[in-house]
Amino acid sequence: MAIVDFMLNGTPVQVDADPRMPLLYALRDDLGQSNPHFGCGLAQCGACTVHLDGQPLRSCIAPLESVQGKTVTTIKGLGTADKPHPIQQAYIEEQVPQCGYCVNGWIMTAAALLAANPHMTDQQIRDGLAGLKCRCGTHVSILRAVKRAQALMTGNTASPSPHGD
Amino acid sequence: MATEPALALSRRDVLLSAGALIVSASTGLVPSPAYGQSAGAGAAAAGSVVELIPSPRELDSWIAILPDGSAEAFFGKIDMGQGLEVAIAQIVADELDMSVEHVTVRMGDTATTCNQGGASGSTGVSLGARPLRNAAAEARRILLERASKALEVPADQLSVANGMISARGASGKTVSYAELIGGKHFDAPVEWNKAVGNFMDVKGQAKPKAQSEYRLVGKSLARRDVPGKILGTTDYVTDVRLPGMLHARMIRPAIAGSTIASVNGDSINNARVVREAEFLAVVAEREWDAVEAARTLQVMWNPPASDPFPGTDALHEHIRGATVVKREEALHKGDPDAAFKAAARIVQAEYLWPLQSHASMGPACALAHVRDGEATVWTGSQKPHSTRDGVAKLLGLPPDKVRGIWVMGPGSYGRNDAGDAALDAAYVSKLTGRPIRLQGMRSDGTAWDPKGTACVHRARAGLDAAGKVVAYEFVSKGLSRVDVMFNESDPRCSLAGMTLGLPLDSGVGLGTPSESYAFGAKVLAWEVVPPLLDRCSPLRTSHLRDPLGPEVHFGSEQFIDEIAAAVKADPVEFRLQYISAPRDAAVVKAAAEKAGWVPRKTAAHSKRSLHAGMLQGRGIAYAQRGDTVVAVIAEIEVYPKDGRIWARRFTVAHDCGLIINPQSLKQTIEGNIVHGLSRTLFEEVQFDRNSVKSVDWASYPILEMRDAPETIDIVLINSTDVPPSGAGEPTMRCVPAAVANAFWDATGVRLRRVPLSPPRVKAALAHI
Repeated sequence: MAIVDFMLNGTPVQVDADPRMPLLYALRDDLGQSNPHFGCGLAQCGACTVHLDGQPLRSCIAPLESVQGKTVTTIKGLGTADKPHPIQQAYIEEQVPQCGYCVNGWIMTAAALLAANPHMTDQQIRDGLAGLKCRCGTHVSILRAVKRAQALMTGNTASPSPHGD
Repeated sequence: MATEPALALSRRDVLLSAGALIVSASTGLVPSPAYGQSAGAGAAAAGSVVELIPSPRELDSWIAILPDGSAEAFFGKIDMGQGLEVAIAQIVADELDMSVEHVTVRMGDTATTCNQGGASGSTGVSLGARPLRNAAAEARRILLERASKALEVPADQLSVANGMISARGASGKTVSYAELIGGKHFDAPVEWNKAVGNFMDVKGQAKPKAQSEYRLVGKSLARRDVPGKILGTTDYVTDVRLPGMLHARMIRPAIAGSTIASVNGDSINNARVVREAEFLAVVAEREWDAVEAARTLQVMWNPPASDPFPGTDALHEHIRGATVVKREEALHKGDPDAAFKAAARIVQAEYLWPLQSHASMGPACALAHVRDGEATVWTGSQKPHSTRDGVAKLLGLPPDKVRGIWVMGPGSYGRNDAGDAALDAAYVSKLTGRPIRLQGMRSDGTAWDPKGTACVHRARAGLDAAGKVVAYEFVSKGLSRVDVMFNESDPRCSLAGMTLGLPLDSGVGLGTPSESYAFGAKVLAWEVVPPLLDRCSPLRTSHLRDPLGPEVHFGSEQFIDEIAAAVKADPVEFRLQYISAPRDAAVVKAAAEKAGWVPRKTAAHSKRSLHAGMLQGRGIAYAQRGDTVVAVIAEIEVYPKDGRIWARRFTVAHDCGLIINPQSLKQTIEGNIVHGLSRTLFEEVQFDRNSVKSVDWASYPILEMRDAPETIDIVLINSTDVPPSGAGEPTMRCVPAAVANAFWDATGVRLRRVPLSPPRVKAALAHI
């Protein structure tokens, strides 16, 4: 057991646990966070994704000790109902999720991609979202949401109609 | 969410708590009230038949008006995120003349909802909404009757808007739903059709509104479950926490069919073994300790006497040669034998579909608390009433002593691993005497879920001298769609029951194409072969989204194209020549028109050179599912060098009768396309002769963003004179054949085995 300190959604937190335990279990079991989710435990799906110092991290394989002194943000810390992140706003406007269990991966990854480049091409968006899974098959509306978020962030409101014709 | 609901809330408890279904643990357990006998003429028959709890015979079991005048609708199905919740609210709000914001839909709790069968067969609206619509209409009728008395105005001179009843004319008299009944029971009967499950229906004296009177039905209202999912404030079943709970993981053998020789309980730390017969689990106070214990526990297994499986690549040969347990002809028209003999020409082909996994987004999780002769189970299963029944039977409890509570789980596409997890959790709770939170690891969701069936389809057509189809036969031979039942209501069909030695109960069934081709003599049949391993098999088969839909129509709709090609007919024209149902023809025409279909007599490939390393093709498929009809056109790009197929554009024409919510419908159709495309291009459970090798996303790949379509154009045909049918599954069944037909158009090569994966594509195109 070891004590690990880090910032979680803007608040300092401390966990006393096996330092090799994945961050995911510390977030869920020690810190009572209901997000992120366990999807595979193998960094193959993204359901557990958080930001570590602003970059996407698969918390299901990241040892707890690796976040000592760093800043962890979950989807709950990314935005709120009053002030959603543009990708969250776009997701809601596009009514993207079905079961929604996968959204941590897509939203946290897309948020980092958008921060780095809000002018991505379709191909860059597809490439940037590689390695994420969605079993309900919402991919097409995910693409619409990322484009809508780009429009929100760049002030280009002439985004394509969300639902085709 | 760290709360403990009482076992069975009465409807009155629900009303008094203003709709909050979760009560605090501090209230303790309340004795199960004699619900269903509470009052009302509908309960008069109590005692003569077994009464259900809650009773479908009472209006109060379906609709409640709360003290603030808002309404609750109690829905015995659940919404997996396809917009069913808001659709039900739209329907109920229309009948009650309320705003949709003032209607809350309560779903998935067996203590407060009647057993409407859970999520099942795309019937959420088609069957599920009927009793809600009728009950809401009856509630409005009763409220108008009471208002008439209260206001001393004849009922036919009253109107309703936003839950406020007003007398027409100058009197200005008004009374609200809240004033009339807020927080109180209707105490009124409805007529129940005695069905339990999907076909449960009730009627009151009131006649529901005509379609022309709908204000909300037909509008794209926003789903109410979306913001919480996106802002991280929605709890899933994985997020439910019970005071004093232990974390559990099930232990499964690497070699299928093995039995336990010995278990070394000293091989794990901070965790302990829970075992009865072959039922084996580890439990720990901390989740990570349970995960570690499941990984490190030393178990000696006795392997089965012989290897149970044929191996992935020998599966279809095994099916071809296997004994037929049961054969059934869904259709036998004319004299096929004579017609085939008389035919001038025979076209035939065989199509292969693999075992596929639900591979839900996360492995299933369930929580259970078994104590004092009663049990509560929290489950992501799409059929919580079945969970209740299965747990009750497994534990030997009466069903009214078990409460099943559905909480959104990590996806559900049929009989996935959720039902097994719920029964496992209940049994671990029984053995430990503690509340249990059980979650699978990835392999439990991929290697150990019940599988979608594998089949071999034999298709044969007889043509006369003029090229007319005079004989047609399509026979599917495969593993049963219900080797284990499509729900968990019988523990014999669960891993818990099988590990505990319950007798086996393998069901038999498959499916046949759903279309309206008028082909002279015609046979549609299925043949079921025995399960590969009869007990505790990771390859046991059951329902996977649109059971037998993609499997069968991959063959049947590709074969239609093969016949068309044999007679040098355009695939769209050929279908229209033989389709006999007008709504079927309409979707085929609509899809072709929207896609800009260019008629062709043969594959386009002969006219196109390999441009930029890529070939293009178009293909169509159509099918019925119940009263829904769908046509799908796929436009694909084939990259022979790396074997990649990119299904770049889809066009869908969809007729599911009256449309409730166009936006939810379109997105449900999109999900069908993408999920269906994943199953078409990538998915096949890999196994050797004694174990499943598809255990995670690396060994069971699914579609990722790279291969998602660029465009899905959808034509919604709103047949307002046809009652709503279903949309959750029908589109999926057209995807595999549409893609395979497009592949033939692009390359001139037929792919008759799913998945159409890069290695298969490369092998098929090796000569190009």
